Order: sequence, then C-alpha cells, then structure tokens
Amino acid sequence: MSAQQDAAAHQAVESYAGERYKYGFVTDVEADSAPPGLDRDTIRFISAKKGEPEWLLAWRLKAFERWLEMEDEEPAWAKLHYPPIDYQDACYYSAPKSDSDRPKSLDEVDPELLRTYEKLGIPLQEQEMLAGVAVDAVFDSVSVATTFKDKLAEMGIIFCSISEAVKEHPDLVQRWLGSVVPYSDNFFATLNSAVFTDGSFVYVPKGVRCPMELSTYFRINAANTGQFERTLIIADEGSYVSYLEGCTAPMRDENQLHAAVVELVALDDAEIKYSTVQNWYPGDADGKGGIYNFVTKRGACRGANAKISWTQVETGSAITWKYPSCILQGDNSVGEFYSIAITNNRQQADTGTKMVHIGRNTRSRIVSKGIAAGRSDSTYRGLVRIQPKAAGARNHTQCDSLLIGATCGAHTVPYIESRNPTARVEHEATTSKISEDQLFYCRQRGIDEEDAVALIVNGFCREVLQELPMEFAVEAQKLVAISLEGSVG
Amino acid sequence: MPAPRTIPFDYPAPKAGAAAALPGAGLPWLDALRAEGRQLSADGLPGTRMEAWKYTSLAPLAALAFPPPGEPVAEAEPGAGAFDTIGGPALAFVNGRLDARHSRLDTLPAGLRVRGLAQALSDDPAQVEGLIGDTVPNGDPMAAFNAAFAADGCIVETAPGAVVDEPLRLRFAAAPGSGPLAWHPRVVVRLGAGSRLALIESHEGLAGEATWSNPLVDVGIGAGAALSHVKLQAEGAGAYHTALTRTALAADARYESHLLALGARLARHEIHIRFDGEGARCLLHGGYMARGSQHVDNTTVIDHRVPHCESREVYKGVLDDTARGVFQGRIVVHRDAQKTDGHQLNRTLLLSPKAEIDTKPELEIYADDVKCSHGATAGEPEADQLFYLRSRGLDLRTARALIVEGFMNELLEAVGHEGARAVLLAQVAAWIGEARP
Repeated sequence: MSAQQDAAAHQAVESYAGERYKYGFVTDVEADSAPPGLDRDTIRFISAKKGEPEWLLAWRLKAFERWLEMEDEEPAWAKLHYPPIDYQDACYYSAPKSDSDRPKSLDEVDPELLRTYEKLGIPLQEQEMLAGVAVDAVFDSVSVATTFKDKLAEMGIIFCSISEAVKEHPDLVQRWLGSVVPYSDNFFATLNSAVFTDGSFVYVPKGVRCPMELSTYFRINAANTGQFERTLIIADEGSYVSYLEGCTAPMRDENQLHAAVVELVALDDAEIKYSTVQNWYPGDADGKGGIYNFVTKRGACRGANAKISWTQVETGSAITWKYPSCILQGDNSVGEFYSIAITNNRQQADTGTKMVHIGRNTRSRIVSKGIAAGRSDSTYRGLVRIQPKAAGARNHTQCDSLLIGATCGAHTVPYIESRNPTARVEHEATTSKISEDQLFYCRQRGIDEEDAVALIVNGFCREVLQELPMEFAVEAQKLVAISLEGSVG
Repeated sequence: MPAPRTIPFDYPAPKAGAAAALPGAGLPWLDALRAEGRQLSADGLPGTRMEAWKYTSLAPLAALAFPPPGEPVAEAEPGAGAFDTIGGPALAFVNGRLDARHSRLDTLPAGLRVRGLAQALSDDPAQVEGLIGDTVPNGDPMAAFNAAFAADGCIVETAPGAVVDEPLRLRFAAAPGSGPLAWHPRVVVRLGAGSRLALIESHEGLAGEATWSNPLVDVGIGAGAALSHVKLQAEGAGAYHTALTRTALAADARYESHLLALGARLARHEIHIRFDGEGARCLLHGGYMARGSQHVDNTTVIDHRVPHCESREVYKGVLDDTARGVFQGRIVVHRDAQKTDGHQLNRTLLLSPKAEIDTKPELEIYADDVKCSHGATAGEPEADQLFYLRSRGLDLRTARALIVEGFMNELLEAVGHEGARAVLLAQVAAWIGEARP
C-alpha cells in the first residue's frame, strides 16, 4: 500500500476504535439471583432452584470437588493476557423473575424482554414466520420461550432447554451428559459442570432429518453474572440436524466470565452441523470490559460414517479461548472446522480445533481465517492427532492470517501427531497483508478502496462463509463488513 | 498426576581438585559463569511439561550415571572419520577433549584462526570473555549444563574479507570402549565482515556405550559474511545428543545450515537464528533418518528482529520401526520487522506402522507487511510413485528405497561443497542399504 493508503487505513482503524458497540444496552429486569460466591451451597441452591434430581446434584458436586483440586490447572498456555479471575466475585445464578410462572405463550412474556429481542433484531413474533427457524432464546440463564416445538415434537425431535430435558427426558440426559466432555475435562469445563444453569438440549431420533435449522440466541444480562451454558445435542443413527448459535451482549464495564460447554454426539450415519456467530461485547478501545469467553466444545462421531461440522464466526469477546473439536471414533467418520476470527482494538483470540482420528478412514478438514486489526492478537491453535489404528485417515489444514495495521499480531500454533503411516496429514499456513496487486486490480476498475478491501476480505473468508446456513450467512457477512468498515480504507 | 516440569538428574559436580582442571579455572568471570550454569542445571533436565520439550523425554538420560566433569580423559583411538577424504584443516575431539594427534592445524589457510578453548583461555582470557562471557544461558536448560561443565571446545575466527576456500572440519568422536561419558563442547565461530567459510561439524562414534554429547555452537556472522555449516550426526546406539546452535546474523550476512541426523538413541538439534541486521538471509536444511527405537528431535527458532530478512527452512525425514521424530519450528516476526519473508516446510515419510512424527510448525507474527508460510506433511510413500516404479519392473523393496533416497537427496543437493555433499549422499545410501529386507 502507498503511504497515503496506509494513512487512510490508519485513520479508518482509528475511527473504528472510536466506534461504540452497537448492541450495548442493559435490560432492566428484576433478577432472582444467588448471592455472589461459589461453594457447595451455591451449587445446592442452583440445583434446588431448578428442581433437579439427586443424581445431577451429585454430579455437580463431584465436579465441584474436582474443580477445587484444579486450582493450579487454570490454563496458562494460551497466548492470552488477562488479570486473574476472582471466581468468588461472580454470581452463579440469575433467572428472570418471571421464571416461577413460565409464560405459556409470547403474550405472557415480560414485555421488557421482548423489547430486548427487538433491539437485537430477533422479534420472536416474526421469528415463527421466518424461514423455518425455531428459537430457544436464552435470556441470562433460563429459557424464556421456545417456538416450533409442536412441529418438531411431531417428528420425535426434542428441542428444549436442558433444565426442561432433565425433567422430561432424564434418561437421555443422564446417559449422554458428560459423555463427550467429562466433568473433569479441564478447568473451565469442570467449573461449568458444577454450576451450569441452562442451555439447549436436542435429540434427533433415528433416521430423522430435522426440517429446520434450530437456533438459540444467548444473551448475557444481569451485571456480574457469569454464564455457564450447557448444550447437549444427540443425533441418533442416520439423522441430521443443523444447529445455530448466535450471541450479542449489552455493554458492561466489568469483565464477564463465560464458560460454556457444548457436547455433540453423532451415532452411525448421523450428521450434526453446528454454526456459531459470536458477537459479544469485546471491550472498549482500551480493552476495558468485554466478555471472557472460555468455551469447551467437543463433538464425538461415535458411529461409522458420522459427520460433525463446526462453523464459527468469532468477532466479539475481549478474550476468546475456544477449540471446537471432533473425536472421530467411528470408521469413515468426518470432522470439519471452518472458522473466521476477527479481532480489533485490544481483543485477544486463541482459537482453533482438535481433530482426533481414532477410526479407520476418518477424514478431517480445517479451514481457519484469522483477521487481526488494531492492537489485537489472533492465534490459531490446533491439534491433529492420528492414532495408530486410524488407517487411511486423511487431514487437510489450511490456516490463513490477514494483518491489518502494524500493531496487531497473528500467530499459528498447530500440533500434528501422526502415528499411522497410511494416514496423510497436510498442513498449510500463510500470513500476509492485503495484496497490493488485488487492491490495484479492483481500484483500477473504479471500485473505491473500502469496497475493494471488503471484496478482498470477503474473498479471503469465502470458504468459511459459504459453510454457514443461509439465515446466518447474512448476519455473519454483516458482522465481517462492520469490522472491515472500521479497520481499513 | 501431571508430569513434572523438570526431571531430577544427579549430574555430578566437579571434584574439588578437578574443578581446577576445567580450563580457565580461577578467572573470576568464568568461575561466575560456571557457577550460574551449575545453579541453573541443578534444577535437573527439562521435563515434558515444558512446552519446548513436550515431545522429547530425557528421562532415560537422567537414569545414567556419568563421571564428574574435569576428570582426565584417557587417550583413545577414534577410528576413521566420515569426512577424512576431504582434507584441509581439522580439529578432532575424542571423548570430549581436543586431540592434537588427530587434528590438523599446521596449514591453516590465510585469514582463518582456530584455537582450542583451553589454549585461548590461557593466551588471551580477556578476548574469550568477550566471546563467551555474555552467553548467559538465558533459561535454556541444556545451555546451562554447557556453561557449567564445558571442559573443551574451540574458537574459530575469520579475518574481515577473508575467503577461506578449504572447509574447516570439527569432529567429535566417541572412542570405542569409553564407558559412560559426557561432554559439553563449547564452539565459538566468528566471521569477520565480508568473509566466507565452510564449516563441517561431525559427531561420530560406533561405541554402544552410553555417551552424552551436549555441544553449544555459538555463531556470529559479520556484515556481508557467509557461513556454510554442514553437520553430520551419526553416533552410536547408546548415545544421547542434545545440541544447541545459536547463530546471529549482521546486515547482509548469509547462513546455510545443512544437517543430517542419523545416529544416537536420542538426538535433539536445536537451532536458534537471530537476525540483527537488515538484508540477511538464512537457509536451514535438515534431514533425519531414524529406525529401531531412535528418537530424533529438530527444534528451530528463527527470530526476525529487523526488516528485510529472508529465511528458508526445509526439514525432511524418514522414520522406520518404532522410531519417533519431532519437528518444532517457530518463526517469530517482531513488530518492526517489515518485509520479512519466511518459509518453512516439514515433510516426513513414515515407513512403519509403529513410527511416529510429531510436528509443530509455529508462526508468531507482529508485523503486517510480511510474507510467512509454513507447511507440513506426513504419510507413507505415495502409492502413485510406487506404482510407477513397479510398473517398470522394480521390486517393492528397491522401489521404496529409491523413493526414500530421492526424498532425502533432494535436500542434500543444496550442499555447496562437493566433497561434503558426496559424503552425506553416501551416508543416506548406506542408511537405506542397512534396511532389513
């Protein structure tokens, strides 16, 4: 880029730095919260509040005991810098007051909540009419409204909050909860196992193809409340489901801790497609505030020919620590990971995936696009492991980073462990800035610089964007564009 | 129970009298350096919980008992060296000590100065302090052992502008029947501005005894100077080799490293490159071939601190039986190191169902106007290639051998010195020839 363009880009970065988070607002709803702090009583409080069976309380307490032993095991290996988190300072349960008498229909929903959704652009009334999207909206920790349930129920598909699933389908929950991410998995997942409040539960029975995209909007609301979602999706033999997860959060000054766990199980011939658009509050230009996002996401292809596909567009959060993984146990099973991570200002993202090839002829594909601007740091960290029995396994990894401005950082830390000679593992990574040739080509044809850069970056992300379901692709492209508006030309 | 960060290692301290036998004993700066190294090494060997040692466990080394450093070493016969045919100036270290009988320093080419560490310390301690006094092991555990216990080594210098035609050979040999022995050679190489040198370093030994070689090679290349560094590591089946080569490049300097690692029970070759001046270039070629239960680790860090430097790195290896290979390559581009051009590639052929490769190519980039990439592949020889050869009448064994040879030779063709290249190619061919049918 010429000096002039550089200056223009700089100016644009500056102008974006001054931009306020568009979705920052606080809904004033009276919350029914647990006192701040975390001990066995907090867990009993949460469990009692949700009317849980004894086995689940026991499981939570077991996790809590393990978590106490993990004091020194809070992960420090990621390329992330943040002050120590005081886990006793957070509030571990907060439910909208109206929880005790749940609304039977949208008319009964707290109008304040509905207005929140309207501001977010997801008016529930209209949602039902939108292209077949059922919404299980999570406001803070408790599901408030679920739509399309009847339609799904006809096909035997269960789509509800996990608290409801514990009550209505305890056998399924007890069988699968913790089967992919055990309660002792890692520091944050163990904390989640002890204190999770709500999340989604999906079960798709044998041979059923879920006719619509299932969607949940998470939203963090009450001040100082960590969010500990727990999502469990089971696709029985030969079934298919596509699940959408999207998030925005109101503006906050204090860092909010978020430690979710997502578990996916795909049995023989089943397929799960899990898409995320994450746009939580990233903090201000100086890195003040913003969400700490420590997420454990893992899918197990338990059966032969199963497939799990993760697609994520990560634009928000002050800190992202997230490695959606696939355990490819079944022969011929397939794992995919498509990711766009955009960081700006002082954001830090350490994200990637793990592909563990256990079964024969398992295949995995990783496409990661990192875009760093401002003073941010974006790290791809991934593991591809070929176990000795994974004959004929195949992996291809492509990690590309784009740097916008001279004060950001982009890092690639792949781990490749191959223990089977018939497996083929390929990894490619590149880091560059926007190609001057491409920019010149566009500008020469009369496209102004901002559009040209948008075009190029859209092209850069294309492989990932095209993996998103239609409904999400629009929002995702908008998010990418917003980030671009601010960052260049 | 998580693995410990360090492995306790009962490495003996020099005996009271023997400490004085280490060269330069009594020099305050050297005593202080050694004390610091001893203090750091007292923590033990790095454990697999240290990220840099994640895939290489030194536990079997820690189980060995070595005699205290500084003990006199008996003269022994090292046998013929791989590069003897090349001729020219040579330094030989047998069981860790400079062996004048097998060295050839009488006819040094003009502009080349070579001294043993002990001699240099007695001749001109102040100059040696300038060369090794500031090499505080900055947290590197193996360099700490070297700083504490280096009993011998050498200092190689070229005069500014000197173009040295004949390569200088440094040979480290384990003599048969030597018993458990450890050595920590310290090699310092300084190239004056605009000078040129080829260095051939070899670590050889047929002995089955447990030996531990822990060399620290410290290279400084002056402005516009060029060093071609060939290293052959072909030690015996009981040997441990943990080498650190640190190279700093001034403006427009050039460094070429050609490594062929064949031997030892466990070998780790760590290379750190630091660009201090603009316009410098480095080429790192590494080949590794391991079989049986050998473990070979290549760890490189390329530190782009200044703009307009170029690094090229290709590591290729072949692993058979239950051998395990490790490649960790990191490229760091600092904030102001614009226009950096860095490429890295690691390719491994796995010949057996039990062989394992662990690869970690890493990019850490803080500047935007750079071109950096890395690639890694692992797998067995391509079915297409085998089919092509077999369809022309070659049996499976010959076809595989040909593919392996071609795979490795591609890398060694870049060795500039004809004689050295021929030796390395012959070593590869011999390795393949030893394969069991």
